[in-house]
Amino acid sequence: MANQGVNRGRRRFLVAATSVVGGAGVAAVAAPFLASLQPSARAQAAGAPVEFDVSAIEPGQRVSVEWRGQPIWVVRRTDEMIAGLSEIRDRLRDPDSEVESQQPEYAQNEHRSREEEFLVVIGICTHLGCSPSYRPEIGDPEMGSDWQGGWLCGCHGSRFDLAGRVYRNMPAATNLVIPRHMYRTDTVLVIGEDEDGEAI
Amino acid sequence: MASNPDTKIQGGVLGWVDARFPLSQMWNEHLAQYYAPKNFNFWYFFGSLALLVLVIQIVSGIFLTMFYKPDAELAFASVEYIMRDVEWGWLIRYMHSTGASLFFVVVYLHMFRALLYGSYKKPRELIWIFGVLIYLVLMAEAFAGYLLPWGQMSYWGAQVIVNLFQTIPYIGPDLVTWIRGDFLLSDATLNRFFALHVIALPLVLIMLVAAHIIALHEVGSNNPDGINIKDTKDENGIPKDGIPFHPYYSVKDLVGVGVFLMVFAAIMFFFPTGAGLFLKPDNMIPADPLVTPDLIPPVWYFTSMYSVLRSVPDPFLGVVAMGLAVVMLFFIPWLDRNPVLSMRYRSFAAKFNLAVFVVAFVILGWLGLQQATTEVSEMSYRFSTVYFAFFFLLWFLSKERSVAFSLIAFAVVAGIYTIYDILRFDPSDAGLIMWSWLIPTVYLFVTMVAPAFARGLGRDRAVPERVTS
Amino acid sequence: MKTLIATTFLAAAALFTVPAASAASASGDLQKANVDVSNEASLQRGATLFMNYCMACHSTEYMRYNRVGRDIGLTEQQVEDNFIFITDKDGEPVGVGSLMKNAMSDDYGEEAFGVVPPDLTMTTRIHGEDWVYTFLKSFYIDESRPLGANNTVFSNVGMPHVLWELQGWQEKVVDDDGNERIELVRSGKMTPSEYDRAVRDIVTYLSYMGEPMQLDRQRIGLYVLIFLGIFTILAYFLKKEYWKDVH
Repeated sequence: MANQGVNRGRRRFLVAATSVVGGAGVAAVAAPFLASLQPSARAQAAGAPVEFDVSAIEPGQRVSVEWRGQPIWVVRRTDEMIAGLSEIRDRLRDPDSEVESQQPEYAQNEHRSREEEFLVVIGICTHLGCSPSYRPEIGDPEMGSDWQGGWLCGCHGSRFDLAGRVYRNMPAATNLVIPRHMYRTDTVLVIGEDEDGEAI
Repeated sequence: MASNPDTKIQGGVLGWVDARFPLSQMWNEHLAQYYAPKNFNFWYFFGSLALLVLVIQIVSGIFLTMFYKPDAELAFASVEYIMRDVEWGWLIRYMHSTGASLFFVVVYLHMFRALLYGSYKKPRELIWIFGVLIYLVLMAEAFAGYLLPWGQMSYWGAQVIVNLFQTIPYIGPDLVTWIRGDFLLSDATLNRFFALHVIALPLVLIMLVAAHIIALHEVGSNNPDGINIKDTKDENGIPKDGIPFHPYYSVKDLVGVGVFLMVFAAIMFFFPTGAGLFLKPDNMIPADPLVTPDLIPPVWYFTSMYSVLRSVPDPFLGVVAMGLAVVMLFFIPWLDRNPVLSMRYRSFAAKFNLAVFVVAFVILGWLGLQQATTEVSEMSYRFSTVYFAFFFLLWFLSKERSVAFSLIAFAVVAGIYTIYDILRFDPSDAGLIMWSWLIPTVYLFVTMVAPAFARGLGRDRAVPERVTS
Repeated sequence: MKTLIATTFLAAAALFTVPAASAASASGDLQKANVDVSNEASLQRGATLFMNYCMACHSTEYMRYNRVGRDIGLTEQQVEDNFIFITDKDGEPVGVGSLMKNAMSDDYGEEAFGVVPPDLTMTTRIHGEDWVYTFLKSFYIDESRPLGANNTVFSNVGMPHVLWELQGWQEKVVDDDGNERIELVRSGKMTPSEYDRAVRDIVTYLSYMGEPMQLDRQRIGLYVLIFLGIFTILAYFLKKEYWKDVH
């Protein structure tokens, strides 16, 4: 084995070229394998948008709708409840819904909804994923006389108001998530889809 | 600073590891300073390719396991779920099914290489033994895996094979019930086959592959000339005809990998069913314990052994014959006592013996796919005889035999099946039995009698000192 | 020696292709279906025929409506309006992402036809395209059968001649040479060539159904082969370069 007369440059080039092409091949094979772990057509069909008629909800009532295995709360807020939303601003962590990931643009307002009357929110605490309990009564003795209605998470005590906004100094750091939604007619609510398409 | 900080860190990390784990040492022993003969040819690609297919099967198998449901009610639909609903699921599944067949292609060619160049002979007997064990486990692995899609072929193929154990005297029926875990092939069977296929057998397989490679690297690779390259070393103790595995054979194997993957991709993307040989049409029908398909051939890689089974009229003896067809492989290192390793320097008779064995194996494979007619059964019997005679011939051709010994041995072997032919003679098949009698007889005549008279046919050639190319 | 080996393997290859070829055309004279699964119009016509004539008894339960719509060029709305006849437990039409089951129970199917009408998702993969094509063209009047029809490809089939109003009726006749064949005795809405096209459309759709990714697979396969070709060439030159050291 004589190593003299070896064209080092050519050898280096071929090693590099083969490695790059081979590496690209391995990456190209890895891609479909990783993509296969995405939700399948079955999961997507099961997670398709759901429709719900909101006209049947009584004022002050909360209805739980299942979408992608999660509870979606639809609350028909009374005028009193809506009025309460602005009174507690200074006790909330993010009263103006400035954390963009927590709601679509059209819900970035005081009442966090498309229609002032109806709140549509994913009923899962943003702390560690428990489902908080509904405490709609204003001045509920258990929650304190200045309670304006909302939710209390049983797991670690996070409190949310009737727009799903989290109170200050709670384990949960962000407001409850508003899913993409829209009204197909005045009363038919579609959860999981809006003008921009289906939720990802 | 004079020293390059990069290399310093590199060396530092490697040094740190080497102090705790023999990384550099293993790299050198198995790759950079493993001296392989420089004259490897085409047949030497299949070892590394088998390793590649093993990796492909394990990776694609792991992903299939994430979607497959080992439940008789759900299994079939879950395979179609993979094919249709899982993104790229079809690619992963076809990769696995194509890989299964190509695994056997590669392994058969690898085994043929060993027979061709005497790679089973001293000091490589254990490598061969581990290899045959790998082949056995691979067959079990493929058999268990084939049940999982739970189609008609899966079900009835497993039914037939499991019922083979029924023929064992006394314990047969209870044994079969125990294997199935039920009174018929059912959910319980599927569940345990799944466990065997995805974890038990692959674990054994990987350990055997490790043993196979460790044994190989202990004694060194054989080569097409069958010469021990360690006999001729230079002043540094390095074999003169050896070259480091890495980079020379790693780059060469890369070419083999490229060509092999092209074959793999061509099948996977354009002929995933392999014209019905890899994925059978009837397996697209969900398993139905009440309806048996017309023809239940095993998958192609089992059909040679299956033909041996069918060639024996008695069911139990058939099973014994099939088992023996595999077990005989273990004895090859001790049957063939000829000191010349490579067929290149072996006699015409030895070459002819191997060639006929390969042809018999292929014909048996083809026969195993056919409906069992009289002709098919007769041919299966004749070529099974040839298959087993090969092992006897390995021993017989170990050295030059005297004329008397050759004639007596020929008369004894040919006599055995001729007497059996007379006993089973059926006038309605007279023609068939008589002309097919020529198949083993001509074969034995060429390998045993002819060399006794034309000495050139049986004489091995001189083996050179150094490798030839 | 080399020639011996090469001949052996060539012979082996030749041997093994024989059973595969004969298995494909096992059942007599089948007519060529000549389907083209890339023909979207044919797929749409086939899908419509299938939904209207076949789906009442046969499911294609491994496939989803929206996938079919997407692959053959229909909107979800079109799929919902034209293809979905089955309902969920509340009586609402099932969602467009549902599996394409059918409304008929297995028990009813068995009672009506003697056997449960099989799922057809993979029927072309089981029988072959030509078989399905010929089968759908080979019904003839046979009063001895419970539903008045028999089939030359699948004798005593439980299925009635569902497409009779398109094809008309055929009868089995024996010509002067004693050969049996079937002949159209009452025309349907379609001429024979129109009917052939309709059946071809159905088979095209079923072929797509058997392997919905088949066109993707071939398209991707071509790129993969080209890529591997480049890799192999590079690896070959790399090998040659390194092996200059070996004398």
